[in-house]
Amino acid sequence: MIFGIPIQAFAGQLLVGLINGSFYAMLSLGLAIIFGLLRVINFAHGAQYMLGAFIGYLVLAKLGIGYWPALILVPVIVGLFGIVVERLALSRLYEVDPLYGLLFTFGLALVLEGVFRYVYGVSGNPYPVPPALAGGVNLGFMFLPIYRGWIVVASLIVCLGAWLLVEKTKFGSYLRAATENPKLVQAFGVNVPVLLTLTYGLGAGLAGLAGIMAAPVYQVSPLMGSNMIIVVFAVVVVGGMGSILGAILTGYMLGLAEGLTKVFYPEASSIVIFVIMAIVLLIRPAGLFGKDA
Amino acid sequence: MADTTAPTGKAGTANRLELVLIGLGVVALLALPFFVYPIFLMKMMCFALFACAFNLLLGYTGLLSFGHAAFFGGAAYFTAHAVKVWGLSPEIGILTGVAGAALLGLVIGFFAIRRQGIYFAMITLALSQMFYFFCVQASFTGGEDGIQGVPRGTFLGVFDLHDEHTMYYFVAANFLLGLFIVWRIVNSPFGLILRSIRENENRAISLGYSVQNYKLAAFVMSAALAGLAGAIKALVFQFATLTDVAWQMSGEVILMTLLGGIGTMAGPIFGAGFVVALQNMLATSDFPVTIATGLIFMICVLIFRRGIVGEIYAWLDRQRGERPE
Repeated sequence: MIFGIPIQAFAGQLLVGLINGSFYAMLSLGLAIIFGLLRVINFAHGAQYMLGAFIGYLVLAKLGIGYWPALILVPVIVGLFGIVVERLALSRLYEVDPLYGLLFTFGLALVLEGVFRYVYGVSGNPYPVPPALAGGVNLGFMFLPIYRGWIVVASLIVCLGAWLLVEKTKFGSYLRAATENPKLVQAFGVNVPVLLTLTYGLGAGLAGLAGIMAAPVYQVSPLMGSNMIIVVFAVVVVGGMGSILGAILTGYMLGLAEGLTKVFYPEASSIVIFVIMAIVLLIRPAGLFGKDA
Repeated sequence: MADTTAPTGKAGTANRLELVLIGLGVVALLALPFFVYPIFLMKMMCFALFACAFNLLLGYTGLLSFGHAAFFGGAAYFTAHAVKVWGLSPEIGILTGVAGAALLGLVIGFFAIRRQGIYFAMITLALSQMFYFFCVQASFTGGEDGIQGVPRGTFLGVFDLHDEHTMYYFVAANFLLGLFIVWRIVNSPFGLILRSIRENENRAISLGYSVQNYKLAAFVMSAALAGLAGAIKALVFQFATLTDVAWQMSGEVILMTLLGGIGTMAGPIFGAGFVVALQNMLATSDFPVTIATGLIFMICVLIFRRGIVGEIYAWLDRQRGERPE
């Protein structure tokens, strides 16, 4: 018993919090990467996450392509979709107020959500847990479904990989340099427009990857993205978008905070992240890891 | 969004055109209920006022709020509750809604103005979503069912608002009052300071204006006027539901303003009229409204950033050769 709550329930909710936190981390990471370079808040991030889950669901149902190949295939498709969007539309909006990027991607999110609602309805579709990760283990104090454990591990790997890509590779150093001063980087012979396109594709691909990973945990539904994106926005406000590591950490922390609230005061669990956001705004308006005021 | 707004109050063009439009509009407003279904017109007026209130913030102060549904839908709940449960008269009920929305605006605005630009938009969205969850759980809102069967009551104890035409003129009067307030704010010294904040916030600060206070004041006024629109909508349709506080509603009012023309007086009215008419048309067809809304959003942002009225102004200016482009 912890504070009068059975330890199984406590650990179970913490695990749920950690799972949610994994998705918050992956999604806010993508948002931060895109925002860092493109100065665009990608409202379609939730829709691209939904798209990832749906493509995974569809290739399984129609083509019999299972979870493991989908883990590669889905991010590539969603990433390519992002590249097309960036080339056709977003690249025309860099010169105007960044708010237009937000509005455009908002429209895109509405269209994507609308199309899937129209074709598949609002009810959720189940996606089976891959056989290799089915079942669970008894940890003594709680029962851990293996797939959930996998999500936590995989999301940590993805976040770490993205962080290494940005901080330790040549591509990453171009990306960081272009974030600081795009004109100068262009003058050094780096093709900045291509870099922008690739970055948006990368961010969208990450959202797609989060989507296919989420498919066996949550129901695959057209509404799964819009429910997620607003919370992720709050996460991004709390973390500040200046640092990639900050976005990742904040994601996990707020997921855990949400899980804890479910244990002690379930009524507030849907709003606790917003409350934390408000408190952070009072104390540190720039966000926990933010440099820009 | 300073770079795309129409040249307000600069040349005589805009203002004279607006006066003519206003004249025509008022005449049309008085005559229309005899030709068109009054409920439809009242709906248009509610949303037009909502969009004008929103435009006060986006168009004249340069703040993009993604949470205006909280004020619109919140006021609808407050008014519906005041009229139905407390048995208040419609005028007091509306005032209750407006006061509630203003208070809500004060709280949300207090947090939101601590950040700028894109963060401002995300904070308002998050806080209004928080209010949405509150409305889902609070007992007075009736949860998923909302508040049904709201009585319209008798205005000042004389005019029975259950009569469709009486109600129509009551709504029209409120609509014109709301527009007048917006117009008065925009064209006051206070409104000019708001515009200077929109154009160059740092310069406004260095000129000694307490920018944060002005932003908060504009936010509260915009929230209160959005509340007026929501309160009237609750009386017109005699219900208040979660639809009006959901984030989609915040998106809708942005679309109306963007489509009509950000930073113009008449733009949001046209935008709202267009969107409401479109929704009405699509309601009977098979085509989903969200897709249409999203597509218009994308088209507007890509090729049509001035909006309908903004493009007309720009065209008029080009004709006169005042603003070569």
